[in-house]
Amino acid sequence: MTAAATRLQPQTPSDTSARTLSERVFRVRETGIIVVLALFIAVTAGVQHRFLSESNIQFVLINTTIYALLALGETMVVVGRHVDLSVGSVLGMSAYLSADLFGSHRGIPIVVVFLVGLGIGLGWGVVNGLLVSVGRVPSLVVTLATLYIIRGVDILIVGGGMVTANTLPSAFTNIPKATILGIPYLAIGVAVVVAIGAYYMRTFRSGRDLYAIGSNPEAARLAGLPVGRRVFTAFAVSGAIAGVAGVLWAAQYGTVDSTAGTSYELTVITAVVVGGVAIFGGSGSVVGAALGALLLSTINTALYVLGISSFWDQAIAGFLLILAISVDRVIQVRLTLALRRKGARGA
Amino acid sequence: MDAAGAEPSPQESSPPTDDGAGRVVLDLRHAAKAFGAVRALIDGEIELRAGEVHALLGENGAGKSTLVKILAGVHQPDSGTLQVDGREVALHSPAAARAAGIAVIYQEPTLFPDLSVAENMFIGRQPLRSGRRIDARAMRSEAAGVFARLGVPLDPGRIARGLSIADQQVVEIGKALILDARVIVMDEPTAALSAAEVDRLFEVIRTLRGQGKAVLFISHRLEEIFAICQRVTVMRDGRHVVTREVRGLTADDLVRAMVGRDIEQRPGGQDVNPGETVLGVSRLTREGVFTDISLQVRAGEIVALSGLVGAGRSEVARAVFGIDRYDAGAVTVGGKPLRKASPTAAMAAGVGFVPEDRRQQGLVMDMSVQQNVALASLSRLRRSGFIRGGAERAMASDWAARLKIKYGRLTDPVSMLSGGNQQKVVLAKWLGRQPAVLIVDEPTRGIDIATKAEVHALLVQLARQGVGVLMISSELPEVLLISDRILVMREGRVTAEFDRASASEEEIMAAATGQGANGQAGAGQAAARKDAR
Repeated sequence: MTAAATRLQPQTPSDTSARTLSERVFRVRETGIIVVLALFIAVTAGVQHRFLSESNIQFVLINTTIYALLALGETMVVVGRHVDLSVGSVLGMSAYLSADLFGSHRGIPIVVVFLVGLGIGLGWGVVNGLLVSVGRVPSLVVTLATLYIIRGVDILIVGGGMVTANTLPSAFTNIPKATILGIPYLAIGVAVVVAIGAYYMRTFRSGRDLYAIGSNPEAARLAGLPVGRRVFTAFAVSGAIAGVAGVLWAAQYGTVDSTAGTSYELTVITAVVVGGVAIFGGSGSVVGAALGALLLSTINTALYVLGISSFWDQAIAGFLLILAISVDRVIQVRLTLALRRKGARGA
Repeated sequence: MDAAGAEPSPQESSPPTDDGAGRVVLDLRHAAKAFGAVRALIDGEIELRAGEVHALLGENGAGKSTLVKILAGVHQPDSGTLQVDGREVALHSPAAARAAGIAVIYQEPTLFPDLSVAENMFIGRQPLRSGRRIDARAMRSEAAGVFARLGVPLDPGRIARGLSIADQQVVEIGKALILDARVIVMDEPTAALSAAEVDRLFEVIRTLRGQGKAVLFISHRLEEIFAICQRVTVMRDGRHVVTREVRGLTADDLVRAMVGRDIEQRPGGQDVNPGETVLGVSRLTREGVFTDISLQVRAGEIVALSGLVGAGRSEVARAVFGIDRYDAGAVTVGGKPLRKASPTAAMAAGVGFVPEDRRQQGLVMDMSVQQNVALASLSRLRRSGFIRGGAERAMASDWAARLKIKYGRLTDPVSMLSGGNQQKVVLAKWLGRQPAVLIVDEPTRGIDIATKAEVHALLVQLARQGVGVLMISSELPEVLLISDRILVMREGRVTAEFDRASASEEEIMAAATGQGANGQAGAGQAAARKDAR
């Protein structure tokens, strides 16, 4: 048992070193992604200077925004030891229905369209949240089901049709294009949202409750934490974010059919895990998840710029996933061993 | 027999340290609770006073756990009254119990491994600053203050993962203090602690008592009750038997009250004629865990591996059985080398392993009694790939009868059994394979006294039949009672070996702690042992 192996009798000195050790390790988790990211950028830029052009950087950032947003919601869910597989479908439905409004209600304010997208996402998030927290169905099953249901309903609504860019007002399609000092407003906006999300998860009771729930659900219940309500909220927020992301998706791509956002959930979960969020909950940060999203879209673009088949994109994503998990594992083993040694010396 | 409630002498043995000391803070009367047809608690009663440590004694199945869970707000009693500070309360939830000032510390605390120690103590009620934000600094310094008051140097900033069970309990106690709990219930807190950790816990409990808290202390170890408690309540078969001052009682009195009869002290005789070496371990080393472990277990003998929790005993057992790898050394069974890191090979060679944590490792809790018993013998019960239900049932009922397992139906999930009976199921599982070597890790942890004696008798009987038994145990009385040879481990090494005749509790403790003979650690237990004899 590790608990037995890591016991430290005369606490003071060994305990503080154990703490700094573990803290360092957890910080390394995020710096690790940054290092990989920097490496990738350096190598790619070395081969192909075009990679660091302003337009390309903008492209990468814009590409990241939707995934980073989705990763924010997904992190809240995953930290609470759940998973939301429905985000891709929610995004798809929201993208179509919101973009379609521009054709059916001419002159509709863009804000209203965003609110509609948010409402659609929130609605599905509430459905997921209720089924998981009140119905007590495992979230993997619930959101797998809603993944199919939402996509199915979406296909019924859309039929063979699609929204094309020429029906969308330019003020809408320009949202992802607006920049300041070469940086897209949208990227800055998402960065701010992620920062708020990270601050929330760190400094508010409801955020800490999610970590506690993911860390030990039974203890959370015994501690009298509102487990159901927190989990429900996480799903509702994840859904709402996916809804907003759907509207942004429509603005970015212009052409929306019933396949929008297909399999996004897998990319998002990959980003979250690569970003250092434990898949069984309890640890990880929103910032890490966003960095994970940035890394994935950087790789995606880098391969394109280097003229490498996009097949490799998926293979690399898979490889990164394994790398991330291995790094976690190695760190854990090292940490246990170090604590154990310390325990053996100090006892 | 029934001297219930009517206990006039108010607190003469303990010096009151607080103004409110001696005042009744909690009074539970005539509590009953049934689960379906099982009446777990028929007439439970407990009265706790400020500034006392009150022992709750009883065999498993006596209703202690149910009573504790009623106080914790986990179970709601079917009938009975509960008064806290003279006011009648109903505890509908764990939160309600906490609000009433009752904190329960379970044997294996339920912390959040990923959160810091301070966060664990404050979760859900962290101090806030403007904008309802958590004031992390205040949280840490308050936690540090609590540890200072308890006299335990724990760092509130470290994450809870990797804390020893003893430290986890201290965190739970700290949590109780932050909640300003007046009643602190400790459900078998010492079961998983080493002697030194028990001493530290006792210091903390004395501090709590000095602060006027009422502590309900549950333990199977009578010597601990004499060491720390002022009053004791004994339960049997779901009923309150007696509440008395501890002073003036003997261990025999308590045992009689618990079981209604005397328990024989030593199963079987002294004489052993060990045969061939059945298990040989030579120079086994796992870096950072244990070093250079050599031992032999011969057919017909019980060899105990003693020492403090964390000395590496369980780790050696796990490596021998092939659950964990080892870096150097060799294991032989019946003279033949055993393949490394393969429990399958160990089982095929005739080794059985009863792990420390029966709920997690020894049993499949959701499976039936019958399936659990048959689990290690499936290959024998199989015909053309299908398990014969009849054979499985026959085997299970046979072993259940031989080991006197108490169960409802063989098809009931094993989780419905009491701890002692669960342990018997684990034993039956391995005995069904007729092992040549049986490794048992803490075979009687959390088991009531009567069942404990049965398990001891069973192990002795097995040895008689020629099985080599390697037993890991933290309970010295148990080690001295049934083992033929005793190896003591400290910090991953074997530091001493005794045979039954020459072993004494003091010497074993000295070897285990590395202190000179009779260090602090064993003193309390040794004193109480005199009573037990």
